[in-house]
Amino acid sequence: MENIQNFQLLWFFLIAFLFLGYALLDGFDLGVGMLLPFVGKSKKEKDILINSIGPVWDGNEVWLVTGAGALFAAFPHAYATALSGFYPAMLLVLFALIFRAVSMEFRANDEKRAWLWEKVLLAGSGLATLLFGVALGNVIYGVPLNYKMEFAGSVLTLMRPVPLLFGIVALAAVLMQGASYAVLKTEDDLQLRCREALYIILWVNVATAAVYFVVMALIFPALLSNALFYVAVLLSMLGLAEILFSLRNENDKALFWKSSLFFWGLWIAATAAHFPNIIKGIDAPHLSITIYNGSTTLYTLQVMSIIALIGMPIVIAYTIFVYRIFKGKAQARHY
Amino acid sequence: MDALILARLQFAFTVGFHFLFPAMTLGTSLVILFSETMYLVKKEEAYRKITDFLARILGLIFVVGTATGITMEFSFGMNWSGYSRVVGDIFGPLLAAEAVIAFFLESVFIGVLIFGRNKVSPKVYWLSALLVFTGGHLSAFWILAANSWMQTPAGYEIFATGKIVLSNFSQALLNSSTVIRFFHTVMASWMTCAIMIAGIAGYYVRKRLHGETAKMMLKIGIILFAVTPLIQLSLGHLHAIQVIETQPEKAAVMEGLFETTKGAPLYLAGYVDEQNEKTYGIYIPRMLSILYNFNLNSEIKGLREFPKDNWPPVNLVFQVYHVMVGVGMLAIFMGLLGLFLLVKNKLFEAKKYLFILPYLIPLPHIAHETGWISAEVGRQPWIIYKLMKTADAASVVVSANQLVFSLIMFFLIYSLLFVMFVYLFVKIVKNGPEE
Ligand code: HDD
Ligand code: HEM
Ligand code: HEM
Repeated sequence: MENIQNFQLLWFFLIAFLFLGYALLDGFDLGVGMLLPFVGKSKKEKDILINSIGPVWDGNEVWLVTGAGALFAAFPHAYATALSGFYPAMLLVLFALIFRAVSMEFRANDEKRAWLWEKVLLAGSGLATLLFGVALGNVIYGVPLNYKMEFAGSVLTLMRPVPLLFGIVALAAVLMQGASYAVLKTEDDLQLRCREALYIILWVNVATAAVYFVVMALIFPALLSNALFYVAVLLSMLGLAEILFSLRNENDKALFWKSSLFFWGLWIAATAAHFPNIIKGIDAPHLSITIYNGSTTLYTLQVMSIIALIGMPIVIAYTIFVYRIFKGKAQARHY
Repeated sequence: MDALILARLQFAFTVGFHFLFPAMTLGTSLVILFSETMYLVKKEEAYRKITDFLARILGLIFVVGTATGITMEFSFGMNWSGYSRVVGDIFGPLLAAEAVIAFFLESVFIGVLIFGRNKVSPKVYWLSALLVFTGGHLSAFWILAANSWMQTPAGYEIFATGKIVLSNFSQALLNSSTVIRFFHTVMASWMTCAIMIAGIAGYYVRKRLHGETAKMMLKIGIILFAVTPLIQLSLGHLHAIQVIETQPEKAAVMEGLFETTKGAPLYLAGYVDEQNEKTYGIYIPRMLSILYNFNLNSEIKGLREFPKDNWPPVNLVFQVYHVMVGVGMLAIFMGLLGLFLLVKNKLFEAKKYLFILPYLIPLPHIAHETGWISAEVGRQPWIIYKLMKTADAASVVVSANQLVFSLIMFFLIYSLLFVMFVYLFVKIVKNGPEE
């Protein structure tokens, strides 16, 4: 394991894992945030929905903080290029996340303006999701890079159709994550409405996922000879079919796992297309920032591996412990 | 204005704002841990009410801290990409380790602290309080280690390409200013919370609200308020010695000392005339040398020993440094006065003292901010002391126009956050602990 390439490989997958963890976990928070005004009719129902994510959203967001930190530590060039190059988009991500975070707490303490904070939560959650998708789309599809590894495009570059498609796919998938979590955590009328929402969102996902896989195959023909791609498509289809099945059988507990399975499928396809790039150079592939030319030194990667491989299992263990504390239906009561 | 100045302004503004909140969380988690421990041992309801009340406040503080903290992590890539490329090897791991080892712990268990009172056993609840406390302090440790590495770099090598790489992790982590900076900052946060709690409880007691709970809170607050500034004085002293040894030009700037002097004076307040390189004000002769190593005649390096184009703004650093120390002194006085009243059993009747207490709440924040400005501006023009200039650290692809826009947006959004925070904070305080 002395070979640096092993560690570069390891960190590519660890970072992909961290961002997948973020997408799955904060995905349901963001999804519930977006669904709130549509499925929650009364104040009580909205309280239930917010309380279902209240104790856990903060820990979920740390997956993002950790993913970004890991990117900084393992592939600083990618971190520097993407964040400075996508400056306007990243700024909006920050504002969206800031508003998303404070809106729930402000809503709980500022009853008079609860309606306003619910709108803020919706906007923050939606914008953050869309922009994460767009950013991911950009690094995978490719952006203009110069020989100093700096971003050489403009704001318009960021909003090309393919990255926007990624944004829409992300919105749909996150909404599904949120709706299936909401079904798990709610009861009675509210649950019924969440189920209806999930049913609609499911069909939207069937459409977006179909477009996504076709577009991926067209842009990256190499995927067609990559077994992982077929695994990805299968997982996604399986996920969607199982959701339909579970909805019919009113099997609430399974929904969330099936929706996550669908997400895995999208993710594996993206990772398979992307490897070993971290930011693809669109016109000049040799300028791409890859895991080989963008990484830190062997020693740093080794130190980081020790921290991550000891730390993350512990994190996952106590995260599960805390989720179990809050398992079961969410209540309307605050604190 | 050029992009560099704007990027610096933006960093200073956003980090200064962010720090207002972690400065309160650390101390608050300490008091929560204390009152929850007492509740577990003594089973007195008053302690539980204090915990629940503080947990509500912590929830508010924590959310704003988290929201503004993400900005900081992103800012290294967004605004300081030149810096990130060069030091990802060292700075990155510290930041990433902070997330894995500290943020997760704190953020996951704060959910239990705020939402879990009726869902878990008292022991698990207590454990959550302990883990939130631990997570917060670990987080402070890692981020301060990262900052300290920029002040007093260690454990690195420089490649021919100019890239700075890690050669010894533990040396980089425990560089010569990490430990003292950690303790100094933690004590500052404890003190911030001590004054916050004393201020809130003082208000209740004066208005005869919340009976025993308020008195208990006031007692805890005042004892902490008496102890922490005194400890802070000694830690600050050790910190100052550390600066004299590792960053002598910064020490000279903080003290307004231009000429290398045997038996250097200590200014209590004053003004630095940068043009004529002279410092005016009230001073204690030879005191700086005495404080340095208890020797009347020890030599302290003056600013003229160092090239002038590497001087930071002298008067600014001098002033902010003295504000911080001044606040520390004032806090020692007020804290001891409170303790005296408590011991004499007069505290609950001391109308004037209780009246003043709430107005002291912003004071430690002023010391925090001025302390950071003296540490950070005093380090200029270096971003990494003697290794990299701030001017080479900024992102090349981010234009001045983009920065003007982002700075204005941050200013507007953070102002809104601030107004909402103060409004809700006051509201939670007015609602008070459970009757
Ligand atoms: C409640 C806040 C507070 C209070 C009352 C004090 N400080 Fe402080 N000080 C800080 C909060 C702070 C800080 C925000 O935590 C800083 C900024 C950077 C750091 O490491 O700590 C700091 C920095 C700082 C530095 C600069 C370290 C550097 O440049 O690297 C010195 C020498 C002192 N302090 C010394 C003192 C002394 C002699 C005090 C007298 C009582 C004092 N501080 C009170
Ligand atoms: C939270 C408390 C902190 C405060 C209030 C603070 C304050 C400041 C201020 C006022 C500046 C501007 C100095 C100038 O431009 O003249 C600055 C610069 C800087 N600080 Fe800190 N700082 C804090 C913590 C940190 C930490 C923990 C780090 C790193 C881990 C850090 C990294 C930097 C960097 C990268 C700059 C460069 C930008 C610049 O020079 O303006 N700071 N800080
Ligand atoms: C410029 C340097 C800094 C960076 C990059 C930074 C980064 C962050 C980030 C990303 C978060 C959010 C974590 C989450 O989602 O839970 C956060 C919150 C926090 N930060 Fe900072 N931080 C800086 C300065 C500091 C300093 C100097 C301290 C302590 C002395 C500190 C202590 C904390 C704590 C305790 C939290 C937990 C949230 C809270 O209590 O508000 N940070 N910081």
